[in-house]
Amino acid sequence: MRNKIGIVVGCVLIMIWCLLPVAWIISLSFKSEAAITNGSPGFFPAEGGFAGWDNYQAVWDNEQFRRAIFNSIGISLIATVLSVVVATLAAYAIARLEFRGKKAVLSLSLAIAMFPVVSLVGPLFDMWRAIGLYDTWPGLIIPYMSFTLPLAIWTLSAFFREIPWEMEQAAQVDGATSWQAFRKVIVPLAAPGVFTAAILTFFFAWNDFVFGISLTSTENARPIPASLSFFVGSDPFNRPASLLAAGAVIATIPIIVIVLIFQRKIVAGLTSGAVKG
Amino acid sequence: MSATTVSGRHASGKPVVSDRAKAETRLGQRLVAPAIILMLLVTAFPMLRAIYLSTFDYALTAPEDREFLGLSNYLTALTDPLFWQTTGVTVLYMVVTVAVELVIGFIFAMVMHRVIFARGLIRTSILIPYGIITVVSGFAWQFAFSFQNGFVNGWLPFIGDDFNWFGETTPAVIAIMVSEIWKTTPFMSLLLLAGLAQVSEDMLEAAKVDGATWWQRLTKVILPNMRAAIMVAVLFRALDAYRIFDNIFVMTAGAQKTESISFLTYRQTIEQFQLGMGSALSVLLFLSVLLVAYLIVKLFRVDLAQARQEA
Repeated sequence: MRNKIGIVVGCVLIMIWCLLPVAWIISLSFKSEAAITNGSPGFFPAEGGFAGWDNYQAVWDNEQFRRAIFNSIGISLIATVLSVVVATLAAYAIARLEFRGKKAVLSLSLAIAMFPVVSLVGPLFDMWRAIGLYDTWPGLIIPYMSFTLPLAIWTLSAFFREIPWEMEQAAQVDGATSWQAFRKVIVPLAAPGVFTAAILTFFFAWNDFVFGISLTSTENARPIPASLSFFVGSDPFNRPASLLAAGAVIATIPIIVIVLIFQRKIVAGLTSGAVKG
Repeated sequence: MSATTVSGRHASGKPVVSDRAKAETRLGQRLVAPAIILMLLVTAFPMLRAIYLSTFDYALTAPEDREFLGLSNYLTALTDPLFWQTTGVTVLYMVVTVAVELVIGFIFAMVMHRVIFARGLIRTSILIPYGIITVVSGFAWQFAFSFQNGFVNGWLPFIGDDFNWFGETTPAVIAIMVSEIWKTTPFMSLLLLAGLAQVSEDMLEAAKVDGATWWQRLTKVILPNMRAAIMVAVLFRALDAYRIFDNIFVMTAGAQKTESISFLTYRQTIEQFQLGMGSALSVLLFLSVLLVAYLIVKLFRVDLAQARQEA
């Protein structure tokens, strides 16, 4: 009995931990701009300091913010698709084939996963300007791919190792063509892994900040995190907290939707890549 | 099949790789090649370039004044108290956040492991901080700690309502750590949950029957059996925490001596266009990450291959 109470209390604490800051930023996004300028401490908007949807309207009417959302979605999606395709090829080879240099591939991807991103930003900034990739979509997609490949390769190869590949031959013995065997047997088994890798890759690209602020200079390619951080408003010494909060909420919606739909897969992917034997 | 497979060995006595194995190697290498090239393109090549640039006095504002300096950029950095102060702050961020995350993450993992009802709800909630943009987390906490518009001062006892968290080093560092810990504890707890799932229930039951207390079961059965999972989680998180950047950028912009080594490097390169000095700092940052990784692996004897490879 005591144990049960402990778990219930633990669950409540976890929920508060996870959701309180989210509730706070939502609440903040409903404080009116005037209230923010005069100072309006407290968790909830004060009496008369409630803005309704005004902040969301203002953020949405902001051309730069809309561009940033568009950039972020486009760049993250392209990087995710490309990265997952490249990682699937590599992970298949690692899980299924014996070849020289296999260990080197795994070590290299581990080393890259631990690489201090900031130490690359200087030379990349210089190189991208020289070859015209600075402030373009590909200029961000390429580094995103490089840095999501390790995670994708590790997750996928762990998944692929678990697939009972003999089933492909079994299907062929039973009269299926190679293509049928691949499509009806292997694809359904491999899909969850590919999917997990895609979600984790998308999270990384959506979350990236260092590349976003250093390799872009205009709304041409600037993604949401960078755009939010440069959003100063009229008074640089008093940031428009409620507008920023509204922008932050909008930027978080895609993540929450993905989490809600794919919760089970993300947990499996996170834990299989790193620890599972 | 051709003759080589039949002959088996050359006259020299060296084992000959069969055609099939050769073809497999070739296919394998071709399949991993794109990934390798992409990973090296954005890391190895710029890193080599950084090493090269770090030997120059080279500012983007005056590119034609580029001047070869040898190692003097490194000497300047390593003798500058600012470098050591930021390194110290960075290590502080790393040690404190990882320690706190480990404890809270473990408690969360225990709860998630035991919970039977509302599993999906708990997992969904725990993924939200994991998925949220670090910049958004930084903003949320910066405004929460703000005395003008936040709620933290009002909720905490013993702290005046007009206390400015970002006016001094210690409270500002604490605020940054809170944001960092909030965002990354879920990741830690999921890694630990996977380790916890590997601890055998039978063993726990046996310990219980033998009269082991709750504390004994935790320290003598659960923790030793989770060693690999804990070490991997610590290694990943520590290296991540050592590179802390986003939260500092958003919350204090490095003011009040909250600057980390990553932030210092960024400031030199991108904001002040000092590519020479910035590159030297980049190389030092890279080396210090290597050192941290090496120390953790050595100190805790982390065996990544063992944690990862097929059993």
